Formats: sequence, structure tokens, C-alpha cells
Amino acid sequence: MTITESANNPKAFAPGVDKSKSYQANFKVWRGNSETGALQDYSVEVNDGEVVLDIIFRIQADQANDMAVRWNCKAGKCGSCSAEINGRPRLMCMTRMSALPPGEEVVVTPMRAFPVIKDLVTDVSFNYEKAKQIPAFAPKPREADGTYRMQQIDVERGQEFRKCIECFMCQNVCHVVRDHEENKKSFAGPRFFIRLAELDMHPLDTNDRQMLAQEKHGLGMCNITKCCTEVCPEHIKITDNGIIPLKERVVDRKYDPLFKILGLSKKKTND
Amino acid sequence: MAGTGVFSPGRAKIEARTLRRDRWWLEPAITFTVFTAFIIYSTIRAFWDVNIYSAEDHLLSPFYSPCLTNDCPEGASHLGTPVGDWFPLSPALLILILPLGFRMTCYYYRKAYYRAFWLSPPACAVAEPHTKYTGETRFPLIFQNAHRWFFWLSLPLPILIGYDGIDAIYADGEWKFGLGALVLLVAAVTLLAYSLSCHSCRHIMGGRLNHFSKHPIRYWGWTQVTKLNGKHMQLAWISLIAVWFADFYVLMVAADVFGDPHIG
Repeated sequence: MTITESANNPKAFAPGVDKSKSYQANFKVWRGNSETGALQDYSVEVNDGEVVLDIIFRIQADQANDMAVRWNCKAGKCGSCSAEINGRPRLMCMTRMSALPPGEEVVVTPMRAFPVIKDLVTDVSFNYEKAKQIPAFAPKPREADGTYRMQQIDVERGQEFRKCIECFMCQNVCHVVRDHEENKKSFAGPRFFIRLAELDMHPLDTNDRQMLAQEKHGLGMCNITKCCTEVCPEHIKITDNGIIPLKERVVDRKYDPLFKILGLSKKKTND
Repeated sequence: MAGTGVFSPGRAKIEARTLRRDRWWLEPAITFTVFTAFIIYSTIRAFWDVNIYSAEDHLLSPFYSPCLTNDCPEGASHLGTPVGDWFPLSPALLILILPLGFRMTCYYYRKAYYRAFWLSPPACAVAEPHTKYTGETRFPLIFQNAHRWFFWLSLPLPILIGYDGIDAIYADGEWKFGLGALVLLVAAVTLLAYSLSCHSCRHIMGGRLNHFSKHPIRYWGWTQVTKLNGKHMQLAWISLIAVWFADFYVLMVAADVFGDPHIG
């Protein structure tokens, strides 16, 4: 992911305006840095079929050459253009203007859980620090013929989580860190819970991710409000298929007296 | 709130707690209203211990099923009265603790009441009012991890309510297809579907496995529970309304406000 402050050639990315099918829209875009900033008004033409990122490009090209915005693929696959549109976390490149309330001004701000660098660009390095803390995939030894064998049904649960594009909107909307800066030290967030779940469900992985999730990454702080799932542009069922199954696995290990009696809670089972 | 959360140093300086303009407050408001109404109604009914059974129609309130004390009306105790006289309060309290615990620790209800009652958060991207947050890591919320125990303990209740419905159909050795029996059976089916769709059930059925291919029967069960689990929220609401209505219906019939329409 790169920061593109495209002031060098802003018109290169701004689509032209088809006057026969365009209309005028009012935008409020947050401009500023980590010290100060405010919403600024822009009146801008919009074409049929355009997305919010198109409009940001047009503002950048015609009215605010120095506006900073991070983007890359413009196809909802790189996760770079995450922002908040009318207060809701969204990818700017995947938010059609026609899907917003007609006639109302559109408010675009940077993600509010992370420190701002400039305008719509935030410092998401918190997420990379958390990613470093998760031990890598540690497969069991290969079989005698030097291969691994897995059935599709054994790996497909984890494959859902591989769709993650790391837009970090789930991290941004999670109130545990969004509303409590102090929790960032002890809480990895939904993006990394599904990484832990993916690895824990993997039939070849040998690391114990369950207690790690609970004791180091703050799984117990999640109170299942499902906002991460609501904002995921890849429609990953983060809560139902990732976080809750991981919580249930932790219950097996830590909170279920029957499992303790049966001796099933001492180590991760891989049956 | 200045200086914490979305107002922390370094974050975009925006005064509003949220910039959402949709009706984000509507869902928690509805949840708050309905849950509060249910809590008030069920508390009154649980302590009231009056008009819980229609002997003529064999209709027992689902709040009192199974009825286990000597206070239970004659004919209402299908499992006998093993509790006898030692429990001085309403027999409903012995039973309701189980579905109450099951619903309080349910993953869907947690989302619903954390949002509607505790405003933690009231809605997505709406700043919560609390200055500190420890989630489910400490007393009392650490007991949310007991969900699977409430699942096991409350699982027989829908079956017993279903038995009550069948008992009302085949009352005193005669077939009698009444509306009340249908109401009880609908409550039983929706309660059972809600129980089986729960995330703990999904985990127990097969979610804890990493090699589905070695456990084909559990895998099949897991896929079925997964389908139900996708409707867990809807089943939570439908079953709540169904059991609420069933109790109200029994109350009306037992109090002779109206008779139970029936065939046979």
C-alpha cells in the first residue's frame, strides 16, 4: 500500500464530466493533519455511475490540488482507499454516488480510529505491528513421500478469511480501539482474530493460537457487536465464522470444567 | 470525552461523536423497547403464579413448564413434583433461570443488549459514552463463557413445551385440536430451532474440529447447524415472540377471558 498524494498530476486520474448526464453535488471533505483540521465544502459535478473516489479525484484535480488521498486499484481489491463516508467506514472506490441519499451533501473523512497523516490519509501502522506479533504458519512434518495432503473440506473454512484485502475498516470500526486508544496495546482487533482463526483451524498448523488469542491478543475484550462484519467489503463473516469459533475454542481450553475433568483443556487438539 | 477515543490526540479533529445521518438509533431503540417490555411482562408473570394452567384445555404456560413444585395446579406437573415444598417462590423461577441464562449469554443477544442497553457501542461508528472498557475479560462478563452450559441445560425445555402441546391435543384420552395446542407447538418448534442454531451448538457439533474429512457425520451435522446459525438472530426474535404470545394465550384462556377454539 502506498500513499499517493497525486498533486503531481491530479488531472490524470479525474474522469471527465459528461454534461448531459451530470449533476451538481455538495461534498464536505476533511482536510488537515494530526494537529488541526476541519471539513471543507466543495461543489462538484458528478456523472452517472461514478463512485466517491471519482469525485475525490475531481475535487483534487480542479479545486484542491494538494489534497492527500491513498488509493491504488480502484477496484475494491487493494484496500487502500478506506475512509468514512457519511460517518460509515467504506471503500471510496466501491461506494457508488447513486447509492447515497440523493440531494444530500456527502461527508468524507479519514478513518477515525487511526492517527491522521494528511487529509484522508491515516497512519495504519498499528495493524502492521499487530501482524508482526502473530507467529507464522508452522506446519507439521511432511509425510513420508515429502508431501502434505489435505481435503478441501478441511481447509475451506480458512479460505474465507484469505479474502481479506486488509482495508482495516474492521479495525477502524471496532469500538474496542476506536473508542479506547489505551486498548491498542492489548487488543489485536478483528482482522487479526480471523488470521488467528484461519491458522488455528488449519489442519497442518502446529502452533497453539487459542491461548495466544485470549491471553496476548485480547480476544476476551471483543463483545460481539458485529460491526466488523457489517463493514467488511469482502463480506467475510468475521464474527460468526472467525471470532466466535475462536472464543468457543478458548472456552474448551479455559472455561469449560468438563473439558478440564476430561483432560481436554491442556493443549490444542488437532482432530 | 475530549482526549479519548475518536477524540484522541493525533486523530482527525472532528467534534461530532458520529457523522452518521441514517437512523442508526432505530434498531437499538426497538431492541430496548421490546426487551424491556418482555422483561417486565415475564417478571410479573413469573412471580404472579396465577392463571398458569387451563385444566379444561390442558394448556400450561411455557414459563412454568415443567412445573415441579407442590404449588403447581393439578394435572400441570408432567414430570411430577420432585421439588415439593422446599421452594417457597413461584415454580416459574426454577425454570426461567435456564432460558434467561441461555439468552443472556447468547452471542446474538450479547450484540443486541450491548448496543441497546449498554451503548457499547450504540451502533457501528457511533462513539460510546464509556471512558473505560475491559470487555468480557472480568467479572461479571467473563461468565458469558458459560453459554454452552446454559445451552445444554435449557435444551430439554422446548421438548417439554412440545410435550405440553401434544398433551393438549390428546387430552383425557380424546383428540382435541385446539388453537392453544398449536400455539404451544409453534413456541416449542421455534425455541428448539433457536437452541439448535446457537453458536455453541455449532461448535460442539463440529466447529471444534480441524479435520472434517475424518468426521463425516459431525461435518454433516455442522453444515446443518451452520445453515440454522445463519438465521440465529431471526430465530431469537421469533422464538421470543412465540413464547411470549403462548404465555399470554394461556393466561387469557385460564382466566376465562375467551375459550380455546378447537376441533374435536
